[in-house]
Amino acid sequence: MAKHETPLLDQLESGPWPSFVSDMKQQAEVRAKNEAGVEFQIPQDAVEDLLGVLELSFKHGRTHWKHGGIVGVFGYGGGVIGRYCDQPQSFPGVAHFHTMRVAQPCGKYYKTDYLRALTKIWDMRGSGITNMHGATGDIILLGTTTPQIEEIFYELTHNMNQDLGGSGSNLRTPADCLGSSRCEYACYDSNALCHFLTNNYQDELHRPAFPYKFKFKFDACPNGCVASIARSDMSFIGTWRDAIKIDQDAVNKYVANDSAYPANAGAHKGKDWGPFDIEKEVLGLCPTKCMKFENKTLKIDNSNCTRCMHCINTMPRALRIGDDRGLSVLVGAKAPIVDGAQMGSLLAPFVEVNPDNDYEAITSIIENIWDWWMEEGKNRERLGELIMRQGFQKMLEVTGIDPQPQHVAYPRTNPYIFWKEDEVTGGWERDVVEYRKHHLR
Amino acid sequence: MSELLANKEAATQAVVDFMTKKSKTKSKFYFNDFQDIFPDDKLREIKKVVNLLVTDGVLEYWSSGSTTMYGLKGGGKQHGSEGEA
Repeated sequence: MAKHETPLLDQLESGPWPSFVSDMKQQAEVRAKNEAGVEFQIPQDAVEDLLGVLELSFKHGRTHWKHGGIVGVFGYGGGVIGRYCDQPQSFPGVAHFHTMRVAQPCGKYYKTDYLRALTKIWDMRGSGITNMHGATGDIILLGTTTPQIEEIFYELTHNMNQDLGGSGSNLRTPADCLGSSRCEYACYDSNALCHFLTNNYQDELHRPAFPYKFKFKFDACPNGCVASIARSDMSFIGTWRDAIKIDQDAVNKYVANDSAYPANAGAHKGKDWGPFDIEKEVLGLCPTKCMKFENKTLKIDNSNCTRCMHCINTMPRALRIGDDRGLSVLVGAKAPIVDGAQMGSLLAPFVEVNPDNDYEAITSIIENIWDWWMEEGKNRERLGELIMRQGFQKMLEVTGIDPQPQHVAYPRTNPYIFWKEDEVTGGWERDVVEYRKHHLR
Repeated sequence: MSELLANKEAATQAVVDFMTKKSKTKSKFYFNDFQDIFPDDKLREIKKVVNLLVTDGVLEYWSSGSTTMYGLKGGGKQHGSEGEA
């Protein structure tokens, strides 16, 4: 019998979706039976109390959690988030119920023995409840007490070679797609870059000194499987600057509806969509209309291609990404709170990805941005808000990037132009004598 | 790096004095508040010294989960009395 009656939570289980309530009830039962003989270091009934306090919050229409605090591991200013219940008498099992963020491996590649080791630690020293994964990408371990935090950190670092992730005013745990480890569309090795920057910026990850959170995310191609353009302050999206490679024979196989050449690599095979129509499904959907198919030959005006990936996704056996590959850097994406949600704005259209010089071209952009944001950013101001406040032009100045047509989202609406002295021939000084020759006093 | 920031003892005392002076009104400080103490230094330099003070137990972090602040160790609300008067 459950420790707390939860009629409101029970209702959440009645829908057609998988329910976190069912998962938590299952976990509460596992802990109560303890068939594995775990030596629990936090209250055995923590999950039951968690269900109880959630039920109470539904009943009252207000939260019974307080968040924030001084909990953490020695030397780190992130990775642990204090959570306290404001009804500790009724729910002692969750009086302290801190969250720990653990850095996920690049590309979220796991081995089963790793996951077993992680859950073994967490079943013993925490609630056993995880969130795989949090919105930023970390492994989230939900619910432990203050004395267990250093113990968990010791076991993670010493036995699993595993670090905590970022929280607070830190660089948050960088997240990436599978990249060239599995994907033929990858324009750069996102796993390698993510791993390098994670190691390179350990201080920024663990010792908070930013005005607010800062997120990196890495998409190895413009398909954007980790949606870096929307989810990170600084987004690294793979691209190429030469021509899309075309196999004309394969294009014609798609046009001829050859069964070995299914559109979208067969991803939509479950339904009869009718015969493949290159005009309708590829050329007509090209956002810049830069393609044509004549006399059994596909032509692409690459100068007008915006690398939307649609044609390549639709005919993957016929079209390939170019060979001159790198990445684009976009900045300023964020969720709402101030100024509403923003997508990333293109800062650097093409940047070399070169591990041999420690990604110098990329780190110099990052550090210029950080210097500006740390100096000028207000408390709790995201990079995207600073760009809105001081202007995109200011950011181009601090990063030393020349304005380019790709920076223009839409034609200028402000008729006033403020020239700087070095932008004007001759500067502000003028030869008055010469001037008076043509203009009387 | 300024002379004040380079001298660890003096820097520590300046930080403690600054925070103590303001302790009647607030016990937690944003990182960029340290710029008032070390106006001639770059924030990255200040960060190294301030984080050493945390390691030495002079300061402690306070984190809401999204934002991190700094306070004198043991000052202000502690987790044992979180939310109490």
